[in-house]
Amino acid sequence: MIVLAPEHVPAFPPVPPSREAAGGSAFSRSGKWGDRLFHGAALSFSAGILLLTGGIGASLWRNSALSRHAFGWEFLIGRVWDPVAGQFGALPFLYGTLLTSALALLIAVPLGVGAAIFLSELAPRRISDVMSFLIELLAAVPSVIYGLLGIFVLVPLVRRFLEPVLGKTLGFLPLFSGPPYGVGFLSAGLILAIMVIPFIITVTREVMLSTPKLLREAAMALGATRWEVATTVALPFARSGIAGAIFLALARALGETMAVTMVIGNTPVVSASLFSPGYTMAAVLANEFTEASDPLYLHALVEIGLVLFGATLVVNALAQLLVWSVKNRGGRR
Amino acid sequence: MSPSTLIARPTISVSTSLPPPPLAAAAPAKPGIIIRDLNVWFGDNHALKNVSLEIPDKNVTAIIGPSGCGKSTLIRALNRMHETTPGARVQGRVTVHGEDILDPEADPVLVRRKIGMVFQKANPFPTLSIYENVAAGLKLNGLAKGFPMEDIVEESLRDAALWDEVKDKLRQPGTSLSGGQQQRLCIARALAVRPDVLLLDEPCSALDPISTAKIEELILSLAGTFTLVIVTHNMQQAARVSGKTAFFLLGELIEFDDTPKIFTNPARKETEDYITGRFG
Amino acid sequence: MTLIAFDSGRYRRRKLFGRLAFASTALCAAGVLSALFFILGYLWVHGISSINWDFLTKLPKPVGETGGGMANALVGSAELLGLAGLFGLPTGVFAGIYLSEYGHNRFGTIVRYTTDILNGVPSIVIGIFAYTLFVLPMRRFTALAGGAALGAMMIPIAVRTTEEFMNLVPTSVREAAYALGIPRWKTVVFIVIPTALRGIVTGIMLDFARVAGETAPLLFTAFGNRYWSRGILEPTSSLPVMITHTPFPPMRTGTARPGRRAWFF
Repeated sequence: MIVLAPEHVPAFPPVPPSREAAGGSAFSRSGKWGDRLFHGAALSFSAGILLLTGGIGASLWRNSALSRHAFGWEFLIGRVWDPVAGQFGALPFLYGTLLTSALALLIAVPLGVGAAIFLSELAPRRISDVMSFLIELLAAVPSVIYGLLGIFVLVPLVRRFLEPVLGKTLGFLPLFSGPPYGVGFLSAGLILAIMVIPFIITVTREVMLSTPKLLREAAMALGATRWEVATTVALPFARSGIAGAIFLALARALGETMAVTMVIGNTPVVSASLFSPGYTMAAVLANEFTEASDPLYLHALVEIGLVLFGATLVVNALAQLLVWSVKNRGGRR
Repeated sequence: MSPSTLIARPTISVSTSLPPPPLAAAAPAKPGIIIRDLNVWFGDNHALKNVSLEIPDKNVTAIIGPSGCGKSTLIRALNRMHETTPGARVQGRVTVHGEDILDPEADPVLVRRKIGMVFQKANPFPTLSIYENVAAGLKLNGLAKGFPMEDIVEESLRDAALWDEVKDKLRQPGTSLSGGQQQRLCIARALAVRPDVLLLDEPCSALDPISTAKIEELILSLAGTFTLVIVTHNMQQAARVSGKTAFFLLGELIEFDDTPKIFTNPARKETEDYITGRFG
Repeated sequence: MTLIAFDSGRYRRRKLFGRLAFASTALCAAGVLSALFFILGYLWVHGISSINWDFLTKLPKPVGETGGGMANALVGSAELLGLAGLFGLPTGVFAGIYLSEYGHNRFGTIVRYTTDILNGVPSIVIGIFAYTLFVLPMRRFTALAGGAALGAMMIPIAVRTTEEFMNLVPTSVREAAYALGIPRWKTVVFIVIPTALRGIVTGIMLDFARVAGETAPLLFTAFGNRYWSRGILEPTSSLPVMITHTPFPPMRTGTARPGRRAWFF
């Protein structure tokens, strides 16, 4: 073995001598300004986010003052929305938003979870991955495009086939009464369902795939069939995750604007029939905001925005809670 | 390869006669690092208890002991790396060439420029080439203004016994090298900033025997120029490369003496139990 | 070893039920996937045929006339995205850096939570906010307002992406830098971020893609313009808005652009 002689001292730049500050440490740096500046910048931008979000809430609150003071809580139960007469009741919009979102979830959740079970439990992995990728692609399609698809494809279909069929068979129910307009709550609910399904499928599939193998194997060792393994082990494990996904889907559906406004008919009515045209909070904002001529009108619209903001806030908070509890459970295993 | 003195080094086990101590120990050992009453806590865990130790200058000192004895804690305290762990607290003095590195006014950043470290698992910067890795310490600290960086990089790679193997591929990513080569790259990178002290935290534990042998050779060659402190769980390694050895147990320094004495005639029973394999 | 003799009738029933159940999920999947293929196919077929040079370079014709293009909308969208990036990316990326490097404390948790809240705010509400902040005081619709709204929407994803990819950089890399005596901020800027860069850039591109299709917040901020806008203080056309405003026949051209955009991103 060869060892370098200890006299081997390479020619090298002299290291700057440590600064012997009078009485201070030899290692003190004249100001850690680089670190401080950087930390400060990062901190300020983070604080900026807090300011922004708070600002949104505050701005909505302030700019709805006129309407809030004029109508109070009646705003939420008033059925009359008459800008000309200065009468603003937001019930039709609240009703429309809740109805279409509920309808969307009613359709999307069973279908979505079912498809996800298929993709995670039954389909061969490669196919499942490819399908999943395509589904995620769907999620990237902008709302406007769904709206256009709604106008040109969905609404005619609904008007010519779905509503007449439903009307003939279940027309005795108030839910399916009335002439088949095509545009209305049903179409809006359907288009929302289509928009929300990819998200539900993706999350459900992911959570189910992440079921620990140990649990699956335990069930299989006990002689469970494939379906039983899926429903008794994987599904319960994924329960909170799925619930969280549903809440997030709900939050998305509540705020969805463009697709809805193109297929819902934009008429502020409260009707028991799904065939009826209607309106949602987001849709009325999209359509009437630029028309708002007087301050009260504007403030009323902003108040609708405030309600929408609050609703999505609550739903998101609940979703966060669920997602957080899933993480904790998974971590402990 | 720089031609120089050839020293025959038989591979040995602990109990047989040891080779002559490394060259640098022939010179009178003046203290490089003086540790006085060093205590380190991580939260409530009292990891190092009242450690006092004088590590000789320009020599290789080994720190041995079973897992959890505090040897990594000690070496990381020597360049204030313990501060990267939240909840770390120290008490005591550590003086390097007369300067107290634990002084609250001392900037850890500057301390670390003088006291370099090589880690258990080689960690070259992933996005940088071999050349850029070696130059990183200098470039990012603005230390080599006016000096030709290429020469410095070559120098450091030669010192780390890596130059011949990489001189044709300096622009390739640092991570394209083998494990042993990556570790030597990290040593070159550490040497490039010309520290006074080089700390090595189990540098060979992730390497194969051949790479380990190369690095041990390297350590011996650096001994005359730098003060080296090596933590190792491999007692034979400690016996091969170091001039003095410190044995730790449960956060306390049990024994510190010349390497041959520790391994042939330890003064403390705990030391003897450890080196004869009764535990650890 | 004795094989457990189980009731084969019961077992067969369970298996059959399982098969039926799975079949129904397969139906769900088939239904969903066929809808999906239909949508994607529809966009592709109807859209691709209408893209031509005119489409990309001409201004829209008055209602009722055929021909014309979406040039101003294309440029306008680009303009808005540029502004959005200016508003949203520094904030988002720096906040992400903060959360990854320094944010393991109460403040960090608050910031993360607030970012999630911001992510959940409906885009139209953000539009209202931008309206009250920019359009009202300036008394005009501007690209600036539109860009600000879109920028606010970009922030949450940028934060999440940056934090996630920075967290992926192993501690050993950071320690190597500290051990060389490199100050913390230089470690972050010159070592950690370059290592995480690829992931962050991908995330940012996806961020842009998502925001590019947003219509609602632009409806009363940038508003729309049948002609070229002269600067950021003018109402500006954008692709999504133009799609909403264009009536039936040019619908095909409308789907063309987003079809292209979705594939591109």
